[in-house]
Parts: sequence; C-alpha cells; structure tokens
Amino acid sequence: MAKFILNGEPVEVDADPAMPILWVVREKLGLSGTKFGCGIAQCGACTVHLDGQPVRSCSTPVSAAEGSEITTIEGIAGAGGELTVLQEAWVSEQVPQCGYCQSGQIMSAAALLRDNPTPSDEDIDAAMSGNICRCGTYTRIRRAIKVASGQLEARAEEA
Amino acid sequence: MNEMSSDKKPSRLAKWSRRGFIGAGVLAGGGLLIGVAVRPGNPVGTLAPKVAPSEGEQLINSWVKIGLDNVVTAIVPHCEMGQGAHSVLAQMLADELDADWNKVKVMQAPADGSYVVTDTARMFVAPFTLNAADWIEPTWNGLFTQVAKLADAMITGGSSSIRTTGQGQMRVAGAAARQMLIGAAAEDWGVPASEIETRDSTLIHAASGKSATYAEFATAAAEQPMDQTPKLKDPSQYRLIGKSKPRTDIPSKVNGTAEFGIDAAPDGLALSYAATVRPPVPGRRVESMDASEAKAMNGVLQILNMGDFVAVVADSYWQAQQALNRVKVTWTAPESAILTTEGQFASYTRALDDAGATGGKEAAGKGDVVAAFESAATTIEAEYKVPYLAHAPMEPINCTAYVRDGKCDVWTSTQVPLMVRSALSEGTGIAKDNITVHHPFLGGSFGRRLEAVYAVMAARIAQATGFPIKSIWSREEDTQKALYRPSDISRFRAGLDERGALIAYDNVFTQRDEPAEASVPGIYSIPNTKVRVAEAEALLPFAAWRSVDHSQHGWFIESFIDEAAHAAGQDPYEYRLAMLKDAPRHAAVLKRVAEISDWSAPLPEGTAKGIAIVESFGTIVAQVIEVDMGSGKPKMLNAWAVCDAGFVVNPDGFKNQIEGGLVFGLTAAMYGELDLVDGGIKQSNFHDYKMLRMDETPHIMVDIINSGDVPIGGAGEPGLPPAAPALTNAIFAASGQRLRELPIAKQFV
Repeated sequence: MAKFILNGEPVEVDADPAMPILWVVREKLGLSGTKFGCGIAQCGACTVHLDGQPVRSCSTPVSAAEGSEITTIEGIAGAGGELTVLQEAWVSEQVPQCGYCQSGQIMSAAALLRDNPTPSDEDIDAAMSGNICRCGTYTRIRRAIKVASGQLEARAEEA
Repeated sequence: MNEMSSDKKPSRLAKWSRRGFIGAGVLAGGGLLIGVAVRPGNPVGTLAPKVAPSEGEQLINSWVKIGLDNVVTAIVPHCEMGQGAHSVLAQMLADELDADWNKVKVMQAPADGSYVVTDTARMFVAPFTLNAADWIEPTWNGLFTQVAKLADAMITGGSSSIRTTGQGQMRVAGAAARQMLIGAAAEDWGVPASEIETRDSTLIHAASGKSATYAEFATAAAEQPMDQTPKLKDPSQYRLIGKSKPRTDIPSKVNGTAEFGIDAAPDGLALSYAATVRPPVPGRRVESMDASEAKAMNGVLQILNMGDFVAVVADSYWQAQQALNRVKVTWTAPESAILTTEGQFASYTRALDDAGATGGKEAAGKGDVVAAFESAATTIEAEYKVPYLAHAPMEPINCTAYVRDGKCDVWTSTQVPLMVRSALSEGTGIAKDNITVHHPFLGGSFGRRLEAVYAVMAARIAQATGFPIKSIWSREEDTQKALYRPSDISRFRAGLDERGALIAYDNVFTQRDEPAEASVPGIYSIPNTKVRVAEAEALLPFAAWRSVDHSQHGWFIESFIDEAAHAAGQDPYEYRLAMLKDAPRHAAVLKRVAEISDWSAPLPEGTAKGIAIVESFGTIVAQVIEVDMGSGKPKMLNAWAVCDAGFVVNPDGFKNQIEGGLVFGLTAAMYGELDLVDGGIKQSNFHDYKMLRMDETPHIMVDIINSGDVPIGGAGEPGLPPAAPALTNAIFAASGQRLRELPIAKQFV
C-alpha cells in the first residue's frame, strides 16, 4: 500500500511500488490532467511536483513518493478552482493549441517562478527546454511566463 | 436586454407544433436547434435527442441550439486538434446570428451522418471527376473514390474547416437562424420583419419599444421556414469575424480538465488496459510468439495473438506494456526487397536514372523546355534528398472500446470519426448503426489520426476478451508503426539567360505529386517549365503529414530558386521579386517580409538571413530566418512570417497556427529523420527522433495581409513549407554551405 499526500489530501493506494507515479495518478486515482507522452522522461508532459520539485512522473516509481507530497495540475488552482496568475497568463497569451503538453509546461513554469520570480529569457529556456510542445507554442509560453512574472503586460482582449 | 419573463413561456410553447421539422426542431422543454439542409431533408427532428437532450434546449438547425438561459451553442462538425476550429467556427456562426459572444458555447458534433462536412468533402474530391485526391486515397483505401462514400466524410484536414464549413455552413446556419428568430418575433409582435434588429442575442423593434431575448422566441423560431440561402453579412457588418476573440477551449487546457481521447473514463465501465505491438511494416504477420515469461507477470489478464498484431491485456497500461516487452514475437519475412535507408534511396536513384532527362510522368509543364535549355547562357543542376518523417503528436495513439450485445462504443482521438465507424463495422462485423464513436479533443494530430487501424485493433481486443479496454500505443510503437511523410530525391536543372533570368526549369522526383500544385513553381513567371514524376517503390506507407507534399517540395523548389539567384549573382529576395511580376499578392507578401525583417541591413560576420515563399492551401506565406553560424553550427535567432490568407477570421488564432507551423517545419529541417534498418524503422522515441525545444526556437514575428476578394485560405498547414528553405538558405548565406539533404543537425556534428 503506497501512502503519500496528493494535492493536499492523504491517499493510500494499492499499487506495485515500481509503478510510475503517472499511472498511479491517472488510472488508480482518476486524475487525468497529467499526461503520458513518451514514457522515458524526454518530453515533460507528465511533469508533477514531488515535494515541490518538478519530476517526470512517467519515470518516477510511486515508491519514491512514500510519505511525500505530490502536486498535479489539478492541485495548483485555488480552493474554488480559481486560476493562478500563471494559468491566467496562459489564457491571456492564448498559449495552448492542442493543449496536451500544457499541464506539464505549467507545472515546470510554476516551479521556475517559485524559485525565480523574475526569470530572464535564458532562465526560462533553461527551465523549460525539458518540455516538448509539438504544436510549437514556445514563443507564447515564454511570453506567458514573462506576463505572469510581471515583466510584460498581458495581451489586451480585442473588443 | 430584456430577461425572459416566466409568463411568456407557456404561450410560446403552446404554439409549437411538430411541423417545423423540415427546417428546424424543438426539444422537449423548449429551445431551438437549426441546421443547414445542404442535403434534401433536414435531420433536425432525429438529431435533437442526440445533440440537445436537455430540458430547455431548442435545436434550430443541425448547427445551432438555443437554451432557455439564452446561451447559443454552436454544434461544430470538425474535430479540435489544436487548430482552434471549434472556437473560430462558433465565432463565424455567432457573428451571422448576432449572438452575444459571452454566451456562446461550442459542442462537438457527434459522429453522425448529419454532420458530414459536405463542402470539405467537395474540396477533397475533384468536383467533376469525383476522383479522390491522391493524398487521402492511400490512407483510406479509396474510400473517397465513389461519391456514395461521401457519407463518411466527417473529416478534419487540408486546412479547410474555416474556408469550407465556416464559410459554407456555419455562417449560413447563423444567418438562417437569425432570420427564423426575426420571423417568429415579427409574427408575435405584428410588425414587419424588416424593422426588427438583432444584437447580442436580443431581438429589438425600436418603433414599438419591444425587445426579447433569442430564448423567448427560440421555440417559435423552429416553426419558421428556413431560408437555405440567407443573405450573409458584408464584411463591414462583422462584429466577431476578423477579431481575435479568445478561444473557448483554452481555459480547460490550463487546468487539466480538457478531455482528450486518452482520458476517456466512461461511466460505469471498469477498464482493463491493452498494450500492442505490430509488425515492422503492414502486411507482415505473426509467425510465432513466446509469451511464457509475460504470462506470469503481475496484473496480466490475457495475451492475444491477433495475427496482424499481438496484445497484452492487464490491470494497468504500465503492466501491460512491461509484459508486452517480454513477449518474443517473430514476424513473417519481409515482402519488400527494401530493408535499409540506403536500399530505399537506391531505388529512387534507379527510377530517376531510368527517367533520364525527359522521361517519367509529366506532372506539369509549359513552353518548350528543350529549346530553352539550348538557348540558355548558363545551366545549373542540383539534387535534393529528404528522409521519412513521423507525425509524433504529443498524445500517443489510443482507443477505448466496449463491445457487447452486438453493440460497440469507442472513445478515441480521430480526424475522421465516421470513417472510423465504417472501419469498425468492417473489422467487428457490427452494423454501423450499432456503433458509436465518441471523439473528444485530439492531443495533436498533423495527419496522424486520419487512419482507423488503432480503433479497429482496440475493438477487436474488446471483442476477443469481452472486457471494456483502453488500448494505448507506446511512443516507440507510434514512432515505428505509423504512416509516414515519404522520403524522396528530387533532381533539378535550370537554364539562365545572359542576365541570369530563369528561362528553363526541369524537375523530376520519385514520390507523388499531390496536392498537384505542390511540385509546380507556379507562382513564378518562368516561361519554360517541366515537372516530372519517376515513380519508385517506397517501403513505408504514405501519410498526409502536415502540409502534405508541400513539406518536401517547398524545400526543394525554394532551395533551387535560391541556388539560381546565387548563380545569377543576384540578391535572393530581389531575384524572387522580379519573377513575381505577374503575382501581385505574392509580391506584396514578399516585400512585406523583407521590410519587417530589415532584409538588406548589414549583419555581423557569420550571421545571415534566408528567404522563402510558398503558397499552400490557399494561403501565401513568406518567411525570413536569421541564423548565426559563428560557432560552426546553426543557431536560429529570429524568424519573420508574412501571410496572405485573403481574410483572416481570428488574427491571433491564425498567428498561433503560423508560429506552430513554422516550428514544425524547423523541427523537421533540423532533426526529422527516420532510418530503415532490417526492414523497419530505427528511431523510436524523442531521444532519437528529436523535436525542437524552447532554447533552440527563434523569436517569431508574424504579420498578416488581408488582401480580400479571394476565397479564404487555410491556417494550420501553410506556415510550414517555407521554414526549411528559409533556414537552409540562411545557412548558405552565412557559411557558403549549400545543404541539399535534410535533416540539418547531423551535418554539423
């Protein structure tokens, strides 16, 4: 029986200790916001926070989370579901296309901004280059991180 | 705005009769649903239970329903794979309907024959011959070759949703619904319809001071006759079209709630999970299988030899895949003699050598090329080579299937839900009417999900086991067992006159020539041209890959034009511009990209710009890329794109597509390559089939020219074709190294 804190709630789940966190969260706990992309920690679609650090959940066994805190995309918004400043920037800059990689992108960006509230372009590149976006929204992701960190104005909505 | 008062509702409901089903339908509880009868007989009556089952929803036609809360729901027949079609199609409908954009919702149309995208289908089928467009045919075994098969044409592709369904159906549906609402209000108020105005989902009669929400007249409107050819707005009347309205699907894509095919969790179904492995290429079969080790593994329920593939079914996908990795499968011998990359390219070279200077099938031609070459002052030649490419969408291939009591339900990401239904019927023996294809968002596609094989495999596993199952392909399986952008070799010869002008152009290549214009340098005024195809066998099955044949021919042609410019000793921008004298829209696009990129500004040693222009899917795109070769390897700094799609419906959404197409093109140019080894693909995952990442992506600036007065062009694909040639032309300008083979990165190790 694996025991950890998921998005602030203690959980106990019957899973093979070697099973990656990704599949425990998606299949056994029913949270589907964390995505399967490659299975070998190459694309970042499965990024979650383990005790605050971004990790690739497709390649991290659930045994590594024993007694720890896991935060997924479902766990970062406010209690009433209100979006974080970072998520709002993703909306104002109209970042997503297909959207499949964006949970992982946002989890990587959230970890970046917590450690570095006003990242430079180079800081953003360094923190975000582990996350692939096949739709090619990198320019907008960069912008959204700058907007969320107060370094750029949000795109005004056209009347 | 007047709120609906409760005392009005019963009287309007009482007036309702069922005769309105020809053009519109009403639902239990009131509301309006409307559909454009592009075919005889509007199916609103039968559709209402499927698309507007709630109390208080009124289907007005098949494309729009209005609820008692005055929310307008656009029912969109195209899938949403990141291109923004859901939101932009709703924007087009809502504009003609004068709907309040803040109260517009989007609903994915179900996989039902009523939602065949007739205009899109017409685009894929030559209007007079009814022959299939070649690029779609191999994917679908000629499903498009007979007009009867159009019944399955619920397809998203060809950068077509806005310019076909949007223009031909969504706008018409919105305008027709507006007229029906006005007609209903005019009758009730006893005023001429012509005096009623509409704004923000409200009907207003200024002279009498009467006004009402659309919801109040939704039920009565469904009784009104429906004009099949309502008057559409003049562009000066647009309120939403042409504006960067925020996309409706984006909020769900930032908090993890967006549902993709792989997230399917049908109520009440306890799913088992399947992992599958297919042969290196289709056609080979399981010769033998040893599953003794896998059988004993935790969670494994069944191991199936399906003949054309092997499946492991387990309690979790991870367990199924772990066990599948331990199943030893031997496949029957390869049918093709092509087993390696070298063998593949050797077959192309043989075909080209056989075709010689004039042979092969003529794809296009004008003037007298032979005579022109004889009179040329200079002749140049070049041969280009491109590898096979995979689509590699981020969401791995998957399908959830439940087969029981002669019925089949599948949940899957697909560009062609009705074709999936037909394929499922063939694969399972279940009648089409008993098959339901649920198709949520696609986690990318780019042409990958135009095939149905993965849904049929899932349904066969569900049928064989009796379990509801979710089948997921590993990334490795999708990289190696899909359909592919063909590899190719393309040979060029050009004759230049004494001033360097191109007077003769000859091109021969081996793989396809579709869409027909892709291989033709038609935008340039070159007096004598010949384009030939010397067909050669390709080992891997063909796929329509984002921008289809424009992806390789755009690079071939725009590389060779660049070589001609340099051979003529002329600036590559000026050289192209001189050949666009009869193409004013193209010339304007090229001039604008030169302007915004400051084309002729001096740059530091080792840094240079390259330029390219390609028209595809009705949109002209010119790009300039700036590259720094100072380290000896290309580093992209900036990219500029200027686009003329005639008229852009949602400028920000359009720009996002062009940015994405550009990155997709640069990814292929830098890294994209699949090698053949032992009759199969060598690369397997993102470590060896690499994608461009953020730190390698240039800053991108996109500008739009709305030239108008031409049919609207596409957005999803046209940003791609100029990217590779703009980059390799920049590398040549910076380093003197002309790249005639892709990908780039491996040539700078």
